[in-house]
Amino acid sequence: MKKKFSSLSFLFLLLLSNIFVYFLNPKRALVVVMTSKNYLLEMLSILPPILILIGLFEIWVPKSVIEKAMGQSSGIKGILVSFLVGTATAGPLYVAFPIGASLLRKGASLFNTCIFLSVWASIKIPMIFFEIKFLGPDFAGLRLALTIPSILAISLLLDTIIKRSQKYEKV
Amino acid sequence: MFISRLKNKEKTINSLKVALKFFRSMALLVFMTIWAIGFLIAFLPPEIISKTVGPEAGFKGVILAALFGAIVLIQAFIAFPLAGSLLRQGASVSAIAAFVTTLVMVGVVTAPLEAKFFGKKFTFWRNFLSFLFALIIAFIMGEVLS
Repeated sequence: MKKKFSSLSFLFLLLLSNIFVYFLNPKRALVVVMTSKNYLLEMLSILPPILILIGLFEIWVPKSVIEKAMGQSSGIKGILVSFLVGTATAGPLYVAFPIGASLLRKGASLFNTCIFLSVWASIKIPMIFFEIKFLGPDFAGLRLALTIPSILAISLLLDTIIKRSQKYEKV
Repeated sequence: MFISRLKNKEKTINSLKVALKFFRSMALLVFMTIWAIGFLIAFLPPEIISKTVGPEAGFKGVILAALFGAIVLIQAFIAFPLAGSLLRQGASVSAIAAFVTTLVMVGVVTAPLEAKFFGKKFTFWRNFLSFLFALIIAFIMGEVLS
């Protein structure tokens, strides 16, 4: 309840500042509204199908499948699966959040969920081609080569940090 | 969806319920996030980014570029041409690498949404570690490519 209230008040703050900006600079306020509208439309076109897919996933896919493919003891196979799922899908990062949360609930390990999120964010085949086109193959290739081990390191560190803090809370 | 409906009506309805529940829990935050993005784009247009990450920015430029990338949220098909033109204008390789990497990996604006699904601790550490590694990637790339 309290959380809902605070986001509502934040929304109110956004509205106030938008009106404030309008008085200072009407053109800019319009830009704010227009870009927000564009993003909202984009979001509305992506989100419903994704949510329906998540819904189907939650109901149909048994927990044991995900646990086996991406769980604690899935090892290298789990890493590969997370990489594949992350690259094969498309869409902005905020779409990946509910999917990742769903995977986590179905028994995927924290480590693999973090890999999934990071890969989703940074490694996309069409995006790589785009990067090659505008920044050159050397730049794109080296960045990709450095990103992959970084993602593994980030996920490993994150996993360790979260687990340690949970242990600490239990004691 | 259709197949699912044929196979089992009850399960299909349940999955729609799950979808709806997700939607309800996200809607307000998503709306807020989008509005905040609107503000960001209006006040941090690409020109300002160009100025900060431009040719004469040194070590400070790399950090600033990374911060910019972390805060703003622009799609890749706008970001890569921008990064490309900056690079040709003489921006340093590390600054551009830092910008592009944090742009995709770190999201300050989407953090509230991320925290809703994964908790504050997860969100903070994932973004913080990604930021750190983006800097490491940037410096290695600067060394290798220039």
